[in-house]
Amino acid sequence: MTGPAAPLEPPVALIAEITHRCPLSCAYCSNPLELERSGAEMGTADWLRVIEEAAALGVLHLHLTGGEPLARRDLAALVRRAADLQLYTNLITSGVQLDDRAMGALAQAGIDHIQLSFQDVEPGRADASGGLNGGHARKLAAAARIVAAEVPLTLNFVVHRGNVDRTPAMIALGERLGASRIEIAHVQYHGWALLNRASLLPTAEQLAAATDCVRAARRRLGGALPIDYVLPDYFATRPKACMGGWGRRAINISPSGKALPCHAAESLPGFAFPSVRDTPLSEIWNRSEAFARFRGTDWAPEPCRSCEHLEADLGGCRCQAFALTGEAARTDPACVLSPDHHIVQEAIAEAASAGALQPRRIGLFARAPTG
Amino acid sequence: MTDETVTPRLRRGVKFRFDETRQAWVLLAPEKLFTPQGTAVEILKRVDGTRSLGEIVDDLAGVFQAPRDLIARDVEAMLRDLEAKGAVSL
Repeated sequence: MTGPAAPLEPPVALIAEITHRCPLSCAYCSNPLELERSGAEMGTADWLRVIEEAAALGVLHLHLTGGEPLARRDLAALVRRAADLQLYTNLITSGVQLDDRAMGALAQAGIDHIQLSFQDVEPGRADASGGLNGGHARKLAAAARIVAAEVPLTLNFVVHRGNVDRTPAMIALGERLGASRIEIAHVQYHGWALLNRASLLPTAEQLAAATDCVRAARRRLGGALPIDYVLPDYFATRPKACMGGWGRRAINISPSGKALPCHAAESLPGFAFPSVRDTPLSEIWNRSEAFARFRGTDWAPEPCRSCEHLEADLGGCRCQAFALTGEAARTDPACVLSPDHHIVQEAIAEAASAGALQPRRIGLFARAPTG
Repeated sequence: MTDETVTPRLRRGVKFRFDETRQAWVLLAPEKLFTPQGTAVEILKRVDGTRSLGEIVDDLAGVFQAPRDLIARDVEAMLRDLEAKGAVSL
């Protein structure tokens, strides 16, 4: 499959992980095990420049995430610059620091949308899961502030064995709080979530019940309250086209300024990821080896190479392939056609005997980078 | 048939604008990007929160010199599709 390469489309999204600091310590956090400390974070001027470079490159959506983006005092200033450049600004937050002052500043800066995470619907369980007493109550207050400010609100629930049975109540909470959209996302097994996989994987029965519940709610609510549902690919037959394709739709910037094709890409060995501190975003997108390596389908191994589904799933997730097989350029084991699919099936079987969750902690849990 | 006196609106958090880089119109929603083409662009340009469905159809029937019932069907189908996706309210 060699032929002239199609012209490179501009990226659609910039995912700005402006900090890894977070008041919560969710055991399913998808941040890398090696969290970056606050001293390594890029300053305001660098982030403003990156936002300008992104707009010039053709980025349309700016996702401000972390960690907890509200941990940075310059958040509203970043939103304002992005809004001035007509970027669609989306804040992905736990909400526990979203007081009146923070909400006012964000609204004034022109925030387009806020995605607020909830760990559960029962306060005790939610606080235990997030590791912050009173956290759930603060999230409920944050939701009310967002709605009162007339900023569209998405309620995000990451679901796993310990909370997925309450999917119906999660949807009801979204309706009650006046959300414009609900996201029910099964855990993706990267970073801390992979570490805790045996305790997080739902059973097949739990998954089926949650999926049925979402389908019924979608029929009932229609476009008035859309529900996005992210299936756990361990139970799927085909892998996800991760990030819509490596280096095809999104650029992820780590707190220290590393440009990554996805937020887990730093787990892959043998890469020199460029930094936006010293390399223009357009050069990173158009010319860096790191973004080109798994772009498109030319890199794909068998059985992907001769597979009719390759254009749809692009071989799945590189980080998952590496995490499970030790080789980034293998077929994602989530695919039933992968020769490594037994790894996923074994993980589901092992998850039947749950271990204790390892909460996410900066610095307390040190593990050498894989590879 | 939809009542033509209703006023279609972009839902809160949805933006429709021209993108200079792509030289194309884009409809931006939370975590979603739609790239309408041709007549869809002409319809969306008229979804301004003041014009009724009937007024939009009248306008487009004139612009395209096409039978009004044909235009009405196309406009409604397209807006219903965007309504189901949470981008438009009717």
